[in-house]
Amino acid sequence: MAFIPHTREDVESMLAAIGVERIEQLFDEIPANLRLAGLSGVPEAANEMEIGRIMAERARLDGRPLCFIGAGAYEHHIPAAVWAIATRGEFYSAYTPYQAEASQGTLQLLYEYQTMMASLTGLEVSNASLYDGASAMGEACLMAVRANRRSHSRRILVPTTVHPHYRATARAVAGNQGLVFEELPYCAEQGCIGADALERYDGQDVTALVIQQPNFFGRLEDVDALCDWAHARNILVVAVVNPTSLALLKPPGQWGSKGADVAVGEGQPLGVPLSSGGPYFGFMAARMEHVRQMPGRIVGRTLDAAGRAGFTLTLQAREQHIRRAKATSNICTNQGLLVTAATIYLSLMGPGGLERVAAASHARTRELVDALIGVPGVRPLFRGPVFHEAAVALDRPAAPVLEKLAARGILGGFDLTEHYPELGPALLVCATETKTTADIERYASALAECLREARAA
Amino acid sequence: MSTRLEKPIFEYSVPGRCAEDQWPRDPGAAATEDLPASLRRTGRPLLPEVSELETVRHFTRLSQLNFSIDTHFYPLGSCTMKYNPKACNSLAMLPQFLARHPLSPESAGQGFLACLYELQEMLKAVTGMQAVALSPMAGAQGEFAGVAMIRAYHRARGDLERNEIIVPEAAHGTNPATATMCGCVVREVPVDPEGDVDLEALKAVVGPKTAGIMLTNPSTLGVFERRIEEVARTVHAAGGLLYYDGANLNAILGKVRPGDMGFDVIHVNLHKTFSTPHGGGGPGAGPVGVSARLAPFLPVPLVGRRGEQYVWLTERDLPQSIGRLSGFMGNAGVLLRAYIYMRMLGREGMGKVSEYATLNANYLLARLQRAGFDAAYPNRRATHELIITLKRQAKELGVTTMDFAKRLLDHGMHAPTTYFPLLVPECLLIEPTETESKAALDAFVAAMAEILAEAAQEPERVTGAPHTMPVRRLDDVRAAKHLDLTWKPTASHATPTTPATPASP
Repeated sequence: MAFIPHTREDVESMLAAIGVERIEQLFDEIPANLRLAGLSGVPEAANEMEIGRIMAERARLDGRPLCFIGAGAYEHHIPAAVWAIATRGEFYSAYTPYQAEASQGTLQLLYEYQTMMASLTGLEVSNASLYDGASAMGEACLMAVRANRRSHSRRILVPTTVHPHYRATARAVAGNQGLVFEELPYCAEQGCIGADALERYDGQDVTALVIQQPNFFGRLEDVDALCDWAHARNILVVAVVNPTSLALLKPPGQWGSKGADVAVGEGQPLGVPLSSGGPYFGFMAARMEHVRQMPGRIVGRTLDAAGRAGFTLTLQAREQHIRRAKATSNICTNQGLLVTAATIYLSLMGPGGLERVAAASHARTRELVDALIGVPGVRPLFRGPVFHEAAVALDRPAAPVLEKLAARGILGGFDLTEHYPELGPALLVCATETKTTADIERYASALAECLREARAA
Repeated sequence: MSTRLEKPIFEYSVPGRCAEDQWPRDPGAAATEDLPASLRRTGRPLLPEVSELETVRHFTRLSQLNFSIDTHFYPLGSCTMKYNPKACNSLAMLPQFLARHPLSPESAGQGFLACLYELQEMLKAVTGMQAVALSPMAGAQGEFAGVAMIRAYHRARGDLERNEIIVPEAAHGTNPATATMCGCVVREVPVDPEGDVDLEALKAVVGPKTAGIMLTNPSTLGVFERRIEEVARTVHAAGGLLYYDGANLNAILGKVRPGDMGFDVIHVNLHKTFSTPHGGGGPGAGPVGVSARLAPFLPVPLVGRRGEQYVWLTERDLPQSIGRLSGFMGNAGVLLRAYIYMRMLGREGMGKVSEYATLNANYLLARLQRAGFDAAYPNRRATHELIITLKRQAKELGVTTMDFAKRLLDHGMHAPTTYFPLLVPECLLIEPTETESKAALDAFVAAMAEILAEAAQEPERVTGAPHTMPVRRLDDVRAAKHLDLTWKPTASHATPTTPATPASP
C-alpha cells in the first residue's frame, strides 16, 4: 500500500536500530492534543485497476468535441516522439539539476532550448522557463522596472489588445510591488493599438510598453513603429509573442530600429497538449544587457576540472536560494518537463517544419474565416491582416449560439462579449493545421443552423 | 547512466535534412501572401535540421546522462523525491484530458472538473483548512498567493500598516523572496539551540506592523516545531496571520493538520507530498488552503458545484480575490496526477506515508550516527528528513560537504541537499522518503561510511570527486564570468541561413 516496500521484518529491525518499539513513538514530539483522529474527508483507497475505471469514465464525460477555440492555447499536431522521450524516467523523475555532474542531460537540453528560443525571438539570451505565458508577462514587467534605470514611475502601458487573462495575471503578480498598469484603448475599426492612444503619454515618465503580436484578436500590430515610439522616450518594450508565429513573423529582437528588450510568451504551441490549461511553460528572452535582471534558472556552458566542456546552472546570485529577499523573483521550480518536450518538438520541426505549421495554421484560419463569413449573420470584425486567429461578429448573442454548437459537438470559438462588451456579439475563432476542410464545413453549416434557430426563437 | 558525452544537437544539423513525416502538408506560398512584408521574418531561426532518428537518439542519450528517481536513490532533502507511480501519468494522459481546451465550456469538462473538485475536498481534509484553490503553479507561487491573501485581508479591514513578514532564519529562500514580491518587508527571527523558534525573539518582533509569519513545520531543520501553539497565539495576539509552507507536509500527513495547529493559510507542494513528477525542474503545483476568514481572497479560478454540475468560480463569484495567477487553470495536468495518487493512497494510505517516511529518516539517522556522523540536532527526533553536519570532518580531514556530495555520485546515489539550511555548518539535509526500501538505506549508509574511511586514508579521492560521471567537477565561477548561454555556429558547422519561405526540401 502507498508504494511502501517494507516487509514486517524490515520494520522490526529498523525500529530496533532506532531503539523504539512502535512507529507511533517517532511522532512523540507532536503535542498530543493536536493529533488527528481520522480522515473522514478522504475516500477509501482505490487500486490501479479501480482508479483506471474511474478515470476512463471521467475522460468519457469530457468527450472529444471539434474545437475552434484558440485565445492563447492552440491545438497542434504533437509528433509521437516528443512525449515518448519526455516521459522517460530519466527526464520525468529527475529534479532541478543541482548536482550538475549527475544532470548533464537536463542541463545540455536546457542549453539547447535557450539557444533555440533566443534565435526564435531574435534576442541574445533566454532563461530556462517560467510558469506560463501570462505569469511570464508579469515577471517581464517587474524585470523592466529593474532594468529601466531612467524611469522611476513603475508605469506600464498595456494595450487592451493584450490577452485579458494576461493583463489580469500581470496585475496580480506585479501589482503588490507598486506597478501601475495603464490600459490603452484599441482602434475600433482596426482592432490594433491606435497611434492616438499613445500621444497622451508623450513627455511622461513611463517604464515599459507591452506589445502582443499577433494581438489577442489575431491582428498584427505595427510593431516597428510602436517599438521606435517607445525607445525614443526611454520606454522599454516587452513583447508577448506566439512562438509558432515567429517562424514567419519578424522576431521581437528585430522590431523597429533597436528591437524589443524582453520577449515572453506561452510555450504551449511547441509540443505541449492543451490539457485544460496546463502544465504549459512561459518563455522569456532578452537582450544580453538585461541578463542580470532576468528571473528564473539559466544554464551556462563551462569547463570541468579536466578542461572538458560541461553545463551548469549559472548567474545564481539572481535567485532566491542565494539572494533571498533581494532576488529577482521568488521562482524556484519552473516547467522543466514542458521545456524538454518543446526542445524535442523544435528539433523535429526544424526551421522548415515550424514554418509549415505556421503557414498551414494560417491557411486553415483563412479558410475558416472565409467559410464563416459566408454564413448569413456573420461578418469580419476588423480590417487588416491577422495571423492564425480572427474575430467575427454575429447578428445574435454569442453565448446561446456557442451552447447550441457545443450540443452538436463543436466548440465554436471564444466569446468576446465578457471582456469586450463594446464589440457586440463576437467570437474569436482559430483553426490550426489539425483541422480539415470537412471540419471547417461542418462548423460553418452548424453555425448557419444555430443562427437560424436563434433568429426563429 | 552513460558517461559518453553527447554533442549539441546543432552539430548534427545538415541543411535540407528533416523529419518531414512529422510536418503538416505544405499549403503553398499563396497561403501566407496576405502577411505584409514589413512584418515578416527575413532569416531562419537557428533550429537544427535533423531526422527523427537523430532526434530520438540525441535526446535518449541526453536522458542517460541524468540521475533520476527511476534510476537512482535521490535523497534530496526538502524535495521529497518519492516514486512517481506510472498510473498517475498514464491516466492523466488519457486522450480526452490531453485534448481538452482550457476555455471549453463546463458542459465539455464535467469529468475533469469532478476530479478537481474532489481534489479540493481531499486537500481540505488532509490540511484542516476551510477552502482550497488549486491554480498556483509551484510552491513559490503558492507562497505568493498566501502572502498576497494575508495582505489583502489586512487591507480589506483598513489595517494598512501591516507590511512585515516574519520568517525564521532557517527558512527556504523562497519565503523572504515571496515577501518582497508581495511588497512586504522581511523580519527574521532566530531559532534556539534545539531547533525551535526563539519565542522571546518572536515576541520582541511582533507588533502593529506584523502582517504574518511564514513557517515550515516540521521546520527546515528537520524537527517538529514543538511550541507551535504558542507561536500561533503570539502572532495572532499581535494581529498577524500564520502562513504554513507545505514543503514538509510529507512528514505529518494524516497525523496532524496545519489547520489544527492554528495556521490561517498554507500551500501544498503536490510534486512533493503527492508524488507528481519533478520533471527535471518542474512542473510543480502549489495549491493553497485557507481558514474561513481568508476564503474570499483566494486566487481564481476555483471549482464549485451547483446542483449536479461542476462549475468554474471566477472574479464574479469572488470579487475580493487576489486575482488570477495563470492564463488558465494552473498546472491542470499536474492536478490530475495528484488526484489519482491521492485516490490510490486513500484514507489509510495518507498516514502510512508519513509513518514510513519518518521511520526511514530515523533509521538513517540512527545508522549514520553509529557510522561516525554527527546529527545537527542529536536530542531531537528526526521527522521525514534529517540533518547531519560534517563540521568535524571538514576540520579534521579537510573534506567538505561538497566533497561528500560529489563522491556519493560515484556510488550511484544522488547527493542530499547540501549547505541548506545555512544555519548548520557543512550540512547534509537527507530525505529518503517512504518509497525507499531498507536495502536502499543500508546501501546509502555503507557508501557514507566508505567515503568517511576514504577521507581519512586517501582524501584526494574524495576532494577530487566525482570520478565516474560524464564530467568532472564543473567550474561554476568560470560559468558566471565567461557567460556562454547559447550555442554559436562555427565555420565547421552548417548554419541555417536560408530565407524564411515555406519551401519543400
